[in-house]
Amino acid sequence: MMSNRIVIAAIALAGALLAGPALAAEEGGGHSTPHIDRVDWSFAGIFGTYDEHQLQRGFQVYREVCASCHSARLFAFRNLSEEGGPGFSEAQVRALAAEYQVPDDSADGETRAAIPADRWPSPYPSDQAARDANGGALPPDFSVLAKARGVSDPFPTWAFNYFTAYQEGGVDYIHALLTGYEEAPEGFDLQPGQYYNEVYPGHAISMPPPLVDGVVDYADAEAGGAEVPETVEQYSRDVSAFMMWLAEPHLASRKAAGFRVILFLVLFAGLMYATKSRIWKGIEH
Amino acid sequence: MDFPTPKNLNYFWTFGAILVMCLGIQIITGIVLAMHYTPNIAMAFDSVEHIRRDVNGGRIIQAVHAVGASMFFAALYIHIFRGLYFGSYKAPREILWILGVIIFILTMATAFMGYILPWGQMSFWGATVITNIFSAVPIVGESLQVLLRGGFAVGNPTLNRFFSLHYLLPFIIAAVVALHIWALHVPGNNNPIGVEVKSKRDTVPFHPYYTMKDMFAMVVFLIPFAWFVFFAPDILGHPDNYIQANSQVTPEHIVPEWYLLPFYTILRAIDFNVLFIDSKLGGVIAMAGSMLLLVVLPWLDRSPVRSGNFRPLFRWFYWLFVINFIGLTYLGAQPAEGIYTLLAKICVAYYFIYFLVILPLLSRIETPKPLPTSISESVLKKAHA
Repeated sequence: MMSNRIVIAAIALAGALLAGPALAAEEGGGHSTPHIDRVDWSFAGIFGTYDEHQLQRGFQVYREVCASCHSARLFAFRNLSEEGGPGFSEAQVRALAAEYQVPDDSADGETRAAIPADRWPSPYPSDQAARDANGGALPPDFSVLAKARGVSDPFPTWAFNYFTAYQEGGVDYIHALLTGYEEAPEGFDLQPGQYYNEVYPGHAISMPPPLVDGVVDYADAEAGGAEVPETVEQYSRDVSAFMMWLAEPHLASRKAAGFRVILFLVLFAGLMYATKSRIWKGIEH
Repeated sequence: MDFPTPKNLNYFWTFGAILVMCLGIQIITGIVLAMHYTPNIAMAFDSVEHIRRDVNGGRIIQAVHAVGASMFFAALYIHIFRGLYFGSYKAPREILWILGVIIFILTMATAFMGYILPWGQMSFWGATVITNIFSAVPIVGESLQVLLRGGFAVGNPTLNRFFSLHYLLPFIIAAVVALHIWALHVPGNNNPIGVEVKSKRDTVPFHPYYTMKDMFAMVVFLIPFAWFVFFAPDILGHPDNYIQANSQVTPEHIVPEWYLLPFYTILRAIDFNVLFIDSKLGGVIAMAGSMLLLVVLPWLDRSPVRSGNFRPLFRWFYWLFVINFIGLTYLGAQPAEGIYTLLAKICVAYYFIYFLVILPLLSRIETPKPLPTSISESVLKKAHA
């Protein structure tokens, strides 16, 4: 009887303590944004890993479209050939890096061709220069942007997020943002240089719609990859996936380690329980 | 190791050992992180990302440290609420309890300072809000605030001194933990029926019985810990902290980490002036009071019966207190507007009424259920039931 009560109390307390952080985290980013559809990402869930082809396509979108305004200061060329990423070969990365000039005080003319160890060169020399070129708005750095955005789920959806390990709020938001450009509704006051976006907080965004159908000619298809549509929807998925990888380049190895660790802990706990039971055998408690 | 321990302890009594493990994990991972971290406002944010991206094993060490803070507090709250239910604060364990309250407050301070170090938006604005609190202290408030910040606003000196203190405080916590364990060894453990140990038959030696049970519980505790570290390392944090601190842009809502939310709600709930005390100072008094109240708890609850199992009335108020505390946590994450401010006031009121009115009153009016004469008797009855 006593132990029943303890079990009930334990469940209640455990539930309560789990609910605490859950309730707290409900207040995610993107507070005043409308409902954001969840995309079926290949890297979602505990078994999820990146799709190499998607990352290569996303990288191409970033390189040809986004990179003209958005920096990615923590992104190194060498990351592109690391395991679990877009899967470029080291030779490809070396050739790619050589196409870019990076600042270097010790080189002639203060710039030189990049090597794989270099970081991705920023499009502007300073934040102020970036603002001047963009009508006062600062294009955010892409390095961890996919983790710097979130969606707030209504009750009780968020409670399940702890058990499904839902970590894709940021990319869901970015995908929704890139596909969320619309005509401003009647009477909505837009300043010059602003555009109406359904999911952007306040709806007035300074970034012009960056993607149009056909703007990027996917190299992956030519190289024998699967034929993918060259549409805004596809581009925004691919570049969002790429941004997730930028923010979390070692996601696959992290999850793989997690399986090994948890399997070990479960087996170890079983052995510990057996030992504990053996020791306590015959002691009424 | 032959410390005689009541043989009827349930699994809630394993959280003490779990907390020692948590402190150990935080200190070890923290020392390694400090080898790679740069406490400078221009470099702190990138240096944390450098640890996660470029340092061997860094992403696991960093995630263990960040998730570890949440797990530490989860265990800490279970440990405290266990003490509240089973009356572990009552004589002769007042010193043990007070040392525990000191550890709790020191841990909150340490966790808060640790959260500043990644220098994200929530770090910066959290530091701004919390250091602002100190300016409410009469007469010395302004100087105190400047001393804490190392200037008139949160900046590089703030980050440096918080880093220094964040490194120092865990060792002070470890020292108080040593005192806490010493203070435990004088009167011995409380137990789920709250009846003191009467004879040797009531106890078993700590080793191997409780060393083994505690180690088993630690391993089980590491399973959800690992779940968060490897599968959802960011879910307990706030996305805004992946934006580098910017004194020019205020986040829409400034929210502390979940484990500080109940006290943040108490701080914010006082939005009215009381006589010569303005709302700001009132909030600070309420928040400080809510923690200091725990110190005098042994003298507020005069009921001679320790365990909530034998206190039919107490149990109702206790579980309401637990729900209320979760309510305080929830409200801390909500904007201070509309219905939330009213709910916050109700929850804060119950928090104080529970300690100041209900517990003293209950000890007078409640008729406890008959207590077993000894631990052995209760254990044997359970075995035959």
